[in-house]
Order: sequence, then structure tokens, then C-alpha cells
Amino acid sequence: MTKLFTRPRSMSDVPSPYCPGCTHGTAHRLVAEAVDELGLFEKVIGVVSPGCSVRSWRLYRFDMVLAAHGRPPAVATGIKRALPGKMVFSYQGDGDSCAIGLSELMHAALRCEKITVFTINNAVYGSTGGQAAPTTLIGQVTPSYPLGRDPSHAGYPIKLAEVIADISKDSYVARVALNNVRNILRAKDAVIRAFKTQQEGLGFSFVEMLSVCPTGWHMTPLDSLTWVDEAMIKQYPLGEFSMPHESKSDLGASEQRVKKLTVQAETVEEPTHTHG
Amino acid sequence: MGEKVLLSGNEALAEAAIRAGCRFFYGYPITPQGEILEHMARRLPEVGGVFLQSESEVSAINMVYGTAAAGKRVMTASSGPGISLMQEGISFLAAAFLPCVIVNVMRSGPGLGRVRPSQADYLQATKGGGHGDYRVVVLAPASVQEMADLTVEAFTIADRYRNPAMILCDGILGQMMEGVDLPSPTHLGSLPPKPWATTGAENRPRNLVLAAPLTDDELIALNEELGNKYRNVQEREPKWEAQLLDDAELVIVAFGSSARIATDAVLKAREDGMKVGLVRPITLWPFPTEAFDDLRERVKHYLVVEMNNGQMIEDVRLAAPADAQVRHFGKGGGWVPSSQDVYDEILRMCRKGSL
Repeated sequence: MTKLFTRPRSMSDVPSPYCPGCTHGTAHRLVAEAVDELGLFEKVIGVVSPGCSVRSWRLYRFDMVLAAHGRPPAVATGIKRALPGKMVFSYQGDGDSCAIGLSELMHAALRCEKITVFTINNAVYGSTGGQAAPTTLIGQVTPSYPLGRDPSHAGYPIKLAEVIADISKDSYVARVALNNVRNILRAKDAVIRAFKTQQEGLGFSFVEMLSVCPTGWHMTPLDSLTWVDEAMIKQYPLGEFSMPHESKSDLGASEQRVKKLTVQAETVEEPTHTHG
Repeated sequence: MGEKVLLSGNEALAEAAIRAGCRFFYGYPITPQGEILEHMARRLPEVGGVFLQSESEVSAINMVYGTAAAGKRVMTASSGPGISLMQEGISFLAAAFLPCVIVNVMRSGPGLGRVRPSQADYLQATKGGGHGDYRVVVLAPASVQEMADLTVEAFTIADRYRNPAMILCDGILGQMMEGVDLPSPTHLGSLPPKPWATTGAENRPRNLVLAAPLTDDELIALNEELGNKYRNVQEREPKWEAQLLDDAELVIVAFGSSARIATDAVLKAREDGMKVGLVRPITLWPFPTEAFDDLRERVKHYLVVEMNNGQMIEDVRLAAPADAQVRHFGKGGGWVPSSQDVYDEILRMCRKGSL
């Protein structure tokens, strides 16, 4: 029997700390799968920070550092400069990276620091009760924008991936979504490309992941997944916004691989199978 | 020892850090620490190190956090307003048991203040500064030689206790030039091993550098561990210099630049027959309470000379006998006393006839 799905070596066997329906767990898994597939377990150091993912160091089995709110890109810089042969990533929420830590992120990107930053964009502050983030959509109701985000006094949502692509010359920058299988598979490709960008010493790498927060949004998990398609992706288009020299996009590669595997699995089930 | 050279205090400090095995410096320009940053920018690439000018002091201290987590000797330097910005990071460094050296070449505040010499940050440095129940070991040089020697000592102490250590000095010490015996370069391979560092989990269980534990009980345990560590530091690390205490009836207490100035005044007062001595705390935290133990029975008059409105005087009051008279002589805002000013104050106290 072909085992198609198992826990990645990089992930711990601990209960998820996240609410039902949250896609943080999916994002963690993608990072862990990429670390495994690229053989990085022994040389990777992850940095997490306050927000829903503050305790996510438990979910991984490799070296982890807990940093102050918004500061992971600076902390990751300090690790990478000290250990240039190692792989350093940060995993941050959108409050962490777009609000309190925007400066640290922008300057790491400007320096083309050879680190990888993953940002979960769920348009709210999940861990403190769903308050507005810089990524909150126009009109979106949150406890801190009870009448909805009004751009006349709250400004407009930040398109982080586009901003970073604009300022970081040697970088890989992508925005992906975690709301359906196809998007998750493309997200995986982006995570791998981001790590490869660092591994090959090409520059800064950044993946913004559109994620859901059913608790903060007061929606069912299913409605949340739909809202990503109907509202979030309209504001935050998916795709790759910057590609380092010598690299070419492989978004969609995983999808092709899975399709192939599925075909193979179906073929194997045939009692009188032939190789072909 | 290495070689004797003429250097400014800031340069001596920076060069001593490199010789102590520091290969990483992150900083943001601010006067009057500029020469430290510039010396590191010039010298670190020569020795295979990393100098990075950060976008803010907030970022600098977090880069320090990262490099300390990676197990390397690392330093940053700033002055008042920049050190205030670093306080969050210093609290995190203490919580995560990370060693590093932070230099505060003090200027006068509050607010932006001005760059004139000052000792305005004594309380910030010695009483925590940031949030939570932690301490930073604070060393106060009073000469260019000590700018070098105490920097080496700061790295040793930081590694020994896995805690940030701070050099607290001012623009006088930073800018003035004196002959200094530079320490011999440390062989990087001889530095203490850091098996706890997050360097990638190769052939070992994974390491974690966490500025916060998982549970309430673990946080209580962490605070207990910090408390025990700081008691240990208080027992082992207090340092001070005592001068002319044997028959003293009045003891001047001063650190750093003001101690340097007060020493001249004490010597002159002695020449004129006044029974004056001097205690110069070298570690400001732990405060050298022991320096006052022998004086307890016989010295009832203390004069604390500080370039501020009265900060160290609180620690002197705790260390001196309960019935002692402890007076403050100083001013904030960039005022620097002359040795004549201090002499005149000693004379006034002696003339009052209370001695």
C-alpha cells in the first residue's frame, strides 16, 4: 500500500492550539513539509512571536526562538548573520508584521536579508478578540471598528506582498491562500520556492498567506473559506510579485504532482494492472 | 597584556569588545556613542565579523537577541533615548537567558535632552528599565583603561550568568583620550561553549530560546530561577574601589566621571587636613553594599556626588547606617562639577562642625 499522507518529521505530535476551522495549522504543515522535503531539519531555526501563533514553537520539532511582538525579522537577521549557513524563517501574524513590526519587516526586505518570512493574513487580530488589523477590509466589522472599517479615518488595507516586492530588489514574494485544496497546493509551491531562494543565497523571501479566522469573523469554518474567495482575494490578489534572478515560477507544480499520484493510486487499485 | 596605545574611551571600549571575542555589532547612530559604532564598522569586517547599522534601536536590540540566541558574543551601543527604545528587547533577553553587552554612553535627559555628560540613567540601568522582574549587571568605568577592561569583564559576566550586562558611562569617558593597555585578543575557540544555542538541531535534541514559558507554573518557576541567579550575582560580583577610608569621617560616594572628579577633591581635602575618603562603586548593580560594612560603626556622614538630581543616593541610603547623614551633591541636565565644586562642598560639610 502506498502511504500518501502522514505527519511530517518536522511536526510534533501535540494537539493543535488553534480554534476549529482555523487555517494556521495548514500553514504550519506546509512549512514543516517543505523543511522535510528540502532536507533542512538539521539546519533550520524558526522564529515566532506574539499573536495566535506565539506557541507554535511546540508544533515544530526543530530549533525555535520566541521573539517580541513584531520583531522576528530583526531577530531572524541576528541569527542568520551569525549563522549564514543555516536556514532561518519567521512565522508571523498580520498584526505582527503589518502593524507593530512593519518597520522591522520593511528593512529586512530592503536589505534583501537572506531570511524567509511567512505572514498569515486573516484580516484581524485573532488572539486578542478579532480587533482590526492593517489588513482589515473596507467595511469589515470588528470590535475596534464596530461600524466597519471606514477609510476616511481608518485608511486602506495594506497590500503587504506588493509593497515588499516593490522595495526588495533581490527577493521572492508571493501571496497565496489556504481556503481550498488547489490554493493550498500552490501555497506549498510558494513555501518551497521561498526556502530555495534562501538556500541558494539569492535574497529575501516572503510568502503572505490568506487565512481564515472563523472565531474572529463570527462565521462558520465553511463560510469563512468562501469569504476568502468572495472578499479577501478580491482585495488581495494571489500570485508571485517578485522573483529572484535565475529562478522561474513553479506555482502549480504540486497540483500536477498530486494529479499524477491520484492517477497512479487509481491505477494500482485495478486488479489486473499493467505498468504504463 | 597587549599593547599600550592612546585612544578615546569609546574606541578603547569598542576595540576591547573585539578582543573579547565580540564579532557582531548592531547599532543606530546617536551621540555621544558614535565612535563605538564607527570603530566597529571599520574593524569588524577586518576580523571576519558583522557590523550592521539598523533602522532603529528597537531593531538593533532584537538583532542582538537573534545573534545571542545563535550563541555568539554580541554588543550594541546607544545613549539615553535609544536605550529607552531597547528596553522591551532587554526584558526579552533577560527572560530568554541570553547573554549580550549593551553600552549606554549617557546623555542628559529627559526626553531628547542634550548630549552633555550626565548620569541620568542610573535608575533606568540598575532598577530594571523594562517590564518584568529582571536585572541587568551594570558596570561603571571611570577611566579609558576601565572602558576597555570592564567591557571584557561584561562579556565574561554576561556569559557566566546568561544575562545582559551593561556598560554605563558618559560622554566624558567616551571622548577623552588616555593611554590604555589593550587586552590580548581572545581566541574564539576558547570562549565558553553554549550548548543551549539555537544553531540547528544537528546530532542533538532541539534547542529552544523562549522569552515566555507555556504555563503559569512554568512562569513562576522561571521567575524563581531568575531570582536565584540574581542573588548569586549579588553575592559574587559586587566590585568597588575604596580610597582613604581608614580614618575617614566623611565618605564621598561617586561612580564614573563624577568619581574621577571627586577623587581630585578628596586628595586636596586630605592635603588640607580633612578626614575624607571615597567609595567608588564599579558594579552599580549589584550595588556594592559590602563597601559600607566596615564603615557602619564609625562613618556617619556621606556625600553622594552625581551628575543627576539624586539617583544612586537611594542605594547609598540603604547601604549606609540608618542613623547616617547621607547628602546629595549634584545636578541634572548636563551639569558637570569641577573638583573645586566638590572640594567646596566637602569644606562646607566639614565646617558645619558636625564631623
